[in-house]
Amino acid sequence: MEDILLNIKDLVVSYNADDRTVKAVNGINITVKKGETVGLVGETGAGKTTTAKAILRLVPNPPGKIEKGEIIFDNKDLLENSEHEMQKIRGNKISMIFQDPMTALNPVIPVGEQIAEVIRLHQKVSRAEAEILAGKMLKMVGIPQERLNEYPHQFSGGMKQRVVIAIALACNPQLLIADEPTTALDVTIQAQILELILKLKEDFNTSMLMITHDLGVVAEICDKVAIVYAGEVVEFGTIEEVFRHPAHPYTKGLFAAIPLINGKKLKRLHYIPGLMPDPTNLSSGCRFNPRCDYKLDCCEKLSPEDIYINENHFAKCYLCAQN
Amino acid sequence: MSNLYAGSGKINESVKKRKKSQLKEICIRLRRNRAAMFGLSVILLLIIMAVFAPFIAPYNYDEQNLKMANMFPGREHIMGTDNFGRDIFSRIVYGSRISLQVGFVAVGIGVLVGGTLGSFAAYYGGVADNAIMRFIDILLAIPSTLLAISIAAALGPGLTNAMIAVGVGTVPNYARVVRASVLTVKEQEFIEAARCIGVKDYKIILKHIIPNAMAPLIVQATIGVAGAILSAAALSFIGLGIQPPTPEWGAMLSAGRAYIRDYWHVVTFPGVTIMLTIFSLNLFGDGLRDALDPRLKR
Repeated sequence: MEDILLNIKDLVVSYNADDRTVKAVNGINITVKKGETVGLVGETGAGKTTTAKAILRLVPNPPGKIEKGEIIFDNKDLLENSEHEMQKIRGNKISMIFQDPMTALNPVIPVGEQIAEVIRLHQKVSRAEAEILAGKMLKMVGIPQERLNEYPHQFSGGMKQRVVIAIALACNPQLLIADEPTTALDVTIQAQILELILKLKEDFNTSMLMITHDLGVVAEICDKVAIVYAGEVVEFGTIEEVFRHPAHPYTKGLFAAIPLINGKKLKRLHYIPGLMPDPTNLSSGCRFNPRCDYKLDCCEKLSPEDIYINENHFAKCYLCAQN
Repeated sequence: MSNLYAGSGKINESVKKRKKSQLKEICIRLRRNRAAMFGLSVILLLIIMAVFAPFIAPYNYDEQNLKMANMFPGREHIMGTDNFGRDIFSRIVYGSRISLQVGFVAVGIGVLVGGTLGSFAAYYGGVADNAIMRFIDILLAIPSTLLAISIAAALGPGLTNAMIAVGVGTVPNYARVVRASVLTVKEQEFIEAARCIGVKDYKIILKHIIPNAMAPLIVQATIGVAGAILSAAALSFIGLGIQPPTPEWGAMLSAGRAYIRDYWHVVTFPGVTIMLTIFSLNLFGDGLRDALDPRLKR
């Protein structure tokens, strides 16, 4: 398969606290093809950000540890790379947009220099040339080049996120990881930033892994979506498939919890009863079974495999096997 | 990527402009701070005094005139004379050479060694942190004056050894201060962001962490210069530091101690000089911190 850029196989990441082990990621499988945007959706603590950090090999160790699995990027397992090799990949081939632009920029360095830094790290250019490229990047994300010399505190939140995007894309990476890039921004700016990311992604022909808990964002910009629950991908498929025919009860629950603007009568919003399982003490069987409305007898004992509904769509649920 | 270079002339100019303006901006911000400017001018005055001592001092620093011993300030000796009839003003002028040198060099040693140890310990954490900080704790457990005395005693008296002794005595303070501020900066997201774009460890420490952790260090260092001058004086007093007849403010103070009842001027002038120096250094340090931090821009 030539066109697969990123293939995460059976990734397991855990954090070791004093006397207990937090199983953050439990065998995640995700593939991202070249030029594709994959959404990673799940609630807080589902393991989305840990997965992203594992791709960049930035899981803080200790306490975090990548227990097993493979992360094949561009036909090479990232987990076998040395730290030095990873430094060459970070920011160059894979880069990341952070959730909170307020803290992702160094407050004492002008933004132009921060963009130039990543360029100078990965490309053989002089200081002056890097500054020129940084100016171009700034213009590309919609900030006047003259503001190159200004410090982060002189920018608004949305502008800072634009700078962060400029840094992420400065070296024309093959894969862009966006970790909730719009969560810290207000709604009008969210739309602008999403549009900008989408446009630049197409201009640079970059693949993207979009981490979010906003299904609206996913519908807007993703080609495929992976629903993550308790460190597992419970459903994966193209946007059309998953949004039209959600197969896993968790996915169904998520969709039911979206308020409808054109709803005729004000009803109480649907919610999924219960909480996510304690990641230090995961039960056997399907992780979702205590909260599931459609629970079968086997759900408590056996963990379902990926069951394919069609070639573009699978879910970890026995209900799919029944139908 | 080549098309990105088109129309680059204009930005090139603005880039050049920035390189200058950054320093300029710090100067402008510093100049706006009156207290800092006062401090700076006193420090500059002291430095000029130290450099041109032979031209400024009316007498030589070891010129004794026992007939004129313990003279009160007057026309001939504007700050009076000490018990050997030496001109106090001249000795203060020459003493600025020694005291400033001791102050800055000792703090330089402390900041360099302590800062390196502290940032290394904080950044890498774990075993490195434990090993370094326990070593620092051992140093810290010994009173710094006692530590300086034992080092000076081991190395022998003299200016260089006094500077080393005082400098090593201050290492634990700087290591602690730097470690604490590096620890807070290290956890911030932009450090992770820097790691995300593939910046190497030493560059993260030098470029991203140190500038953000500087503020407490600058303040500590300016106060430290003052402390170092005093420690050097203490060493001189017990005969392990600068040897007489070399004039040194602290030593003058100690030597004049015996005559304080009858001749106030013998201790007052060196004391006032030390106080003024320390006060100016502190004012300047505060101002410098404010000027260096772009977030405090008004």
